[in-house]
Amino acid sequence: MIDARGPRWSAGLTSIVLILALITRSPIFIIIQLVQFGIGAFAGPPNSPYAWLYKRFVQPRLSKTFDSEDVRPPQFAQFVGFIFALLATVGALSHTWLLFTIATSFALFAAFLNSAFGYCLGCKLYLLGVRFRRV
Amino acid sequence: MNSTLIIVAVLVLATGYGFVDRKRAGKIKSKVDSRHSITAHEIGSDLGESATVLQFSSAFCTPCRATRSILSSVIAHYPKIKHVEVDAENNLALVRRLDIRQTPTTLFLNAAGKEIARAVGAPKRDQVINALERI
Repeated sequence: MIDARGPRWSAGLTSIVLILALITRSPIFIIIQLVQFGIGAFAGPPNSPYAWLYKRFVQPRLSKTFDSEDVRPPQFAQFVGFIFALLATVGALSHTWLLFTIATSFALFAAFLNSAFGYCLGCKLYLLGVRFRRV
Repeated sequence: MNSTLIIVAVLVLATGYGFVDRKRAGKIKSKVDSRHSITAHEIGSDLGESATVLQFSSAFCTPCRATRSILSSVIAHYPKIKHVEVDAENNLALVRRLDIRQTPTTLFLNAAGKEIARAVGAPKRDQVINALERI
């Protein structure tokens, strides 16, 4: 169980980084985001750089009572983000700007929804994925 | 294409979708077209004496926990109604037959196991009470 506010903070920071990536088209921002998503997806959201920033600078200023959530839903969302960031990175490094822009826009769409509405990506996508995979 | 325009478009679309999704989530819709009944064998648990509330959940779903606690606390007042929670991933045949697309999805079954209403997303407490009173 983790502090449910952590993933929303991370999604907010992700939105900002992805906006910077779209504005500058500099590969550095999408690579930063790829690393964040990769660590979040494979080592777990609490071990990611944005979670470290949250624990170090944000959590101490917030209320001590909070909603907790299972770590698996945000980890799934980080994995979906990782796939889009990977496509966007390939697009940026190969100067395929259409691929970069589409993949980054999808990631921004999901990250912003998560941050602003607490949107549960795993609720909508996971079961559909399983249904397709095991037909 | 201008990246600022793309960013604004993505954020506007995400906001619109977020509000629509929040409004739609958990609405209990009556269904009259219930050709097949669901059996105790299929859900691995006996049906309730007068009705069964069947909740499909998954590991990557934060609102599933909230749904579980709302349903079980409301249903505690109705001794003849039973709350059954099944893992969608482990019941894919049933998930496909009933066309469950996301979690949580809650089915309201009558005594014969026929689906009479369904809620996609986390239902609200008073909506659940309304639905149970109608059974």
